[in-house]
Amino acid sequence: MMNETGSGVRIFVSQDSSALSVGADEVADAIHRQAQQRQINITLIRNGSRGLFWLEPLIEIETQKGRIAYGPVSVKDVASLFDAGFLQGGAHPLHLGVTEEIPWLKRQQRLTFARTGVIDPLSLEDYCAHQGLKGLERAYQLGPKAIVDSILDSGLRGRGGAGFPAGLKWRTVQEAQADHKYIVCNADEGDSGTFADRLLMEGDPFVLIEGMIIAAYAVGASRGFIYIRSEYPQAIEVMRKAIEIARANNLLGSGNRHFDFDLEIRVGAGAYICGEETALLESLEGRRGQVRAKPPLPALKGLFGQPTLVNNVLTFAAVPWILAHGGKAYADYGMGKSRGTMPFQLAGNLRCTGLFETAFGMSLREIVIDVGGGTASGRAVRAVQVGGPLGAYLPETMLDVPLDYEAMLAIKAMLGHGGIVVFDDTVDLAQQARFAFEFCTLESCGKCTPCRIGSRRGVETIDKIVKDIDRVANIELITDLCTTMTDGSLCALGGLTHLPVMSALTHFPQDFGIANPSHSRDQEH
Amino acid sequence: MKWDDQKASALIDSVHAEVAAFLGPDGTTASALLPILQALQANFGYIDTNILPQIAERLNISKAEVHGALSFYHDFRSQPGARHKLKICRAEACQSMGCEDLVDYLAQHHGLIADESSALGHLQIENVYCLGNCGLAPAALFDERPMGRVDRQKIDALVQQTREILS
Ligand SMILES: Cc1cc2nc3c(=O)[nH]c(=O)nc-3n(C[C@H](O)[C@H](O)[C@H](O)COP(=O)(O)O)c2cc1C
Ligand code: SF4
Ligand code: FES
Repeated sequence: MMNETGSGVRIFVSQDSSALSVGADEVADAIHRQAQQRQINITLIRNGSRGLFWLEPLIEIETQKGRIAYGPVSVKDVASLFDAGFLQGGAHPLHLGVTEEIPWLKRQQRLTFARTGVIDPLSLEDYCAHQGLKGLERAYQLGPKAIVDSILDSGLRGRGGAGFPAGLKWRTVQEAQADHKYIVCNADEGDSGTFADRLLMEGDPFVLIEGMIIAAYAVGASRGFIYIRSEYPQAIEVMRKAIEIARANNLLGSGNRHFDFDLEIRVGAGAYICGEETALLESLEGRRGQVRAKPPLPALKGLFGQPTLVNNVLTFAAVPWILAHGGKAYADYGMGKSRGTMPFQLAGNLRCTGLFETAFGMSLREIVIDVGGGTASGRAVRAVQVGGPLGAYLPETMLDVPLDYEAMLAIKAMLGHGGIVVFDDTVDLAQQARFAFEFCTLESCGKCTPCRIGSRRGVETIDKIVKDIDRVANIELITDLCTTMTDGSLCALGGLTHLPVMSALTHFPQDFGIANPSHSRDQEH
Repeated sequence: MKWDDQKASALIDSVHAEVAAFLGPDGTTASALLPILQALQANFGYIDTNILPQIAERLNISKAEVHGALSFYHDFRSQPGARHKLKICRAEACQSMGCEDLVDYLAQHHGLIADESSALGHLQIENVYCLGNCGLAPAALFDERPMGRVDRQKIDALVQQTREILS
């Protein structure tokens, strides 16, 4: 992604989708034009994003003091940046100082995202100059058994949502007896409020490829797929190119002298349920994305009936660091049974949005108020939804919960894929509960009646509650529906819809026209 | 591009061959179904259902299975659509930043209703649930171009632009 205009000052302008969505391409063009007009030599590099989205388009200049950042830059700022001598790090209202010293970035513990926004995503050379391929080198020395030991030691849990220990899954696939095995990366990232998979694939694609090669070597897989949702055209393009480069450099394909392994991209077709691993496998096999009953586990009977390792993008991307530094070093971060770091995604009505990677255990309040800076609208924070569309809505009074898998479960919430969506005091939680049912109706694969039909009833029932038709009876009906859906659903789409719905009802009863759900009957009489 | 049976057949063959070349020893080429449908849609903007029997035969699966996949996935369409497509995110992070107001504005001010082809046929609005740009909500995707912090002005400019392209 290098755009050689000579050997002049190196300028970084992100090519990440979020940066592009607020005009990064236009800013890059303007810089290019100004430099030509002024006959100044520059080298423009299109990197990934640092993940400080509220400052995008963020541009960086390489100086002797380190990289200096300016942002958010718009086309009309470019001439004044040149006038201010930004190529030497000159003063300007948009000047943010040395990038690494920006408090928002400095306070993070970036292990998985160490290179994202730093390097040229498609330069393998750049990748290697920043510790790339160290984990793979170590993995080949250790051999398959010790690799899995390392993952077990690290305490790494699946980052896709369920938090299942990665090492245990790897061990199961490793020990399965079969002629052929497969490995699948789940890059369907359908949860609203999440974008870490995308940011990583666009900004540091080789770390995902390296993680998958290590995993394939450990479990004995010969073919792998990365299943990326179609809503991510930029990520698809970057990953495709990165795979080509990896092949050309003998990391993948017949050139790899350690083992036979190759990797390919598959693109989703707009179905949230295909993020569920068995529906994803159905989709890869060319069918409708319908959930399969478990057992058999995909680890034993997955793609084409063979043992298959399915992990999320962030799970695989954590692996190279773990191999390079040892499982124990990774486990030193975190709390309780949540070890290592988690890339949290700050989204919605927040002043400072973006990617915040830190050890498990930070409180939700610290993330929302200190890191996120409160709402973008300047109004009071009223509700925070953590963990995607199936996550709970938490009121301001519950924000002291530590971000840890078990602590979240204990308050009937979930961490999921680490998305944090903030709402100000204009939000109506009855409408949010209605949306949770509606989303379930829209995305249900149709296999279980409680999920398919129950969610539709849920929408109608909330409409009645809002219109004050039989309010008490209908609130009870919502509770019953949630129980039926939880008990009668094959997967978490139907099975977890109660989390957003019941948390809205429990913590925000006034939005449903009652003082407290458990006292609703007394209320009305 | 207008639908062309010959071109469609050639596409089916080439995608099928590509998938077969990569597949592991157990892979059945039915696995090429989505890539084939995607290639057709990318090329022609929709999938003419007359081609489905040919796909079924090529992949050795039933016509019902091909139909099933076509109807299951939200991305596929069997009718030509408008020239431009605006996918507008209706999920939670975008709700928190006012996407519903934009949807109402598109309907009331521009007569463009989500998931209905517009009368003029120049711009089609589709609902999507998360584009992974939740940090710069409300988010949208105009053809393949990501848009963040979408507001009424940006919507006006875009509608204007697609009208001009058409005329
Ligand atoms: C409805 C539903 C949607 C899911 N969506 C995703 C997704 O988009 N990405 C993902 O990695 N996992 C998703 N999962 C979880 C996967 O089923 C599976 O647990 C995961 O891919 C395993 O990888 P991990 O252990 O590395 O997290 C989803 C699960 C359900 C029930
Ligand atoms: S719970 Fe819903 S999405 Fe999940 S398997 Fe059942 S019908 Fe399908
Ligand atoms: S919720 Fe709208 S882009 Fe993610």
